[in-house]
Amino acid sequence: MDSLIEGFRKALILIAGLDPELLGIIFLSLKVSGLALVISTFAGLPAGALIGFKKFPGRGFIISLFNTFMGLPPVVVGLFVYLFLSRSGPLGFLGLLYTPSAMVIAQIILALPIITALSHAAIIKIDPIVKQAAFTLGATPLQASIAVVKEARYGIMSAVIAGFGRVMAEVGAILIVGGNIANYTRVMTTTIALETDKGNFELALALGIILLIISFAINIGLYFIQKRGLLQTGN
Amino acid sequence: MKLNISFAGILIFTLLTVSVVSAEMRILCASTTSTQNSGLLDYILPIFEKKTGIKVDVVAVGTGAAIEVGKRGDADLVLVHAKEQEMKAVEEGFFVNRHEVMYNDFILIGPPDDPAAIKGTKSAADAFRKVAESARPFVSRGDKSGTHTKELAIWKKAGIEPNGQPWYLEVGQGMEKTQRIANEKRAYTLTDRGTWLATKDKDRPEMSVVLEGDPVLFNQYGVMAVNPEKHNHVKYKEAMQFIDWLISKEGQQAVGSFKDKNGNQLFTPNAK
Repeated sequence: MDSLIEGFRKALILIAGLDPELLGIIFLSLKVSGLALVISTFAGLPAGALIGFKKFPGRGFIISLFNTFMGLPPVVVGLFVYLFLSRSGPLGFLGLLYTPSAMVIAQIILALPIITALSHAAIIKIDPIVKQAAFTLGATPLQASIAVVKEARYGIMSAVIAGFGRVMAEVGAILIVGGNIANYTRVMTTTIALETDKGNFELALALGIILLIISFAINIGLYFIQKRGLLQTGN
Repeated sequence: MKLNISFAGILIFTLLTVSVVSAEMRILCASTTSTQNSGLLDYILPIFEKKTGIKVDVVAVGTGAAIEVGKRGDADLVLVHAKEQEMKAVEEGFFVNRHEVMYNDFILIGPPDDPAAIKGTKSAADAFRKVAESARPFVSRGDKSGTHTKELAIWKKAGIEPNGQPWYLEVGQGMEKTQRIANEKRAYTLTDRGTWLATKDKDRPEMSVVLEGDPVLFNQYGVMAVNPEKHNHVKYKEAMQFIDWLISKEGQQAVGSFKDKNGNQLFTPNAK
């Protein structure tokens, strides 16, 4: 119990003190996860829409594949990316291992299936009448698809939030491909793992609390964006 | 699909720009959790960095993994503690210029009431045999680390195969966690003195040293550079600059003057 109280106290001190090293760690966490999330969204949303709109052979197989990949163990993704980016691996010439870029790549692999599968689910839920109405009003197939995606934006936002949760909380993959190098690839979750290893439980807990607060703040922001969108369409 | 191709272009561009950091020279050292968690590297690396302007990044894993990372060319040098594994990797041509840097020693710790009656035993092999005979729990790192390698060598010397025994617990964790697990289980475990001294006041485990001083428990740390002929991208020159500094009078002094919070010297320099 003492450790828990001490953890909360330390968290407050750390936040109040604006420790530059801590700020660097928080900033890197947001940069890596934010970039991974943006890229995953820009790739996953069109992919989800494509699977939702187009009927093609093997579609069921691809949907099941994405659904399976939603549960990829981060450690396996980390190992896979490590072996690819290692100097002895096929992409070793890029020299990306143990850099923030390697962490972004690993997190994209983790977030992309979630965003793809959940946006697909959101899009197919939209009434086909929306598309028909768009066609009746003279829309091209692309315009009609955009109309459907617009209608599905509430569900798509949920997909992005789920993807964000996945990458912000993740430690197994980025520890392997980033190496947890101080002031370079050390982020919130890997710092928490390291401090736990060192037995600095209060500090680790304090960092965990800060991570939760940041995630909460971002989720509140996303919620209001979502809500505003709903109000505008009168849903 | 056109969208996806242009997207791939943006992706690669972004990743390449993110990977460009400042122009400062940095080398990567794969090392062990014992050197990082004890605070040694945080103490000596800034001294080297100030002198040469070379920043040494550290990836801290077990000795086995650190050597593997070096073999694959993913680090410029390694600082580890498993002499036989190191010599083998040098022989195989993966590393060059191996030097001994410093040592500390391994100790056997266990419950203070010493249920396997080890206290007073002189040889590590005898002590391990007593653990096996009493069937008291023994926690093993089980992670191919330097400590694990040493532990297995002692079991071999004692003529005991611990694998599969109900009292033998392989946890696959770092040294500090292993100590904590041993404490919770009221078990024996082999640890390095540095980790033990650095943590015993913080964790306040109900454990004490039951065996120390057997020459077999000597824990030698070695440093070696990744062979540039195997991996021509490695920063061999800078890695050698660091190695030469580490075994120089100045580097050795830095190692020797490192003290933990309680003023204990954790590593004794012994470069030749």
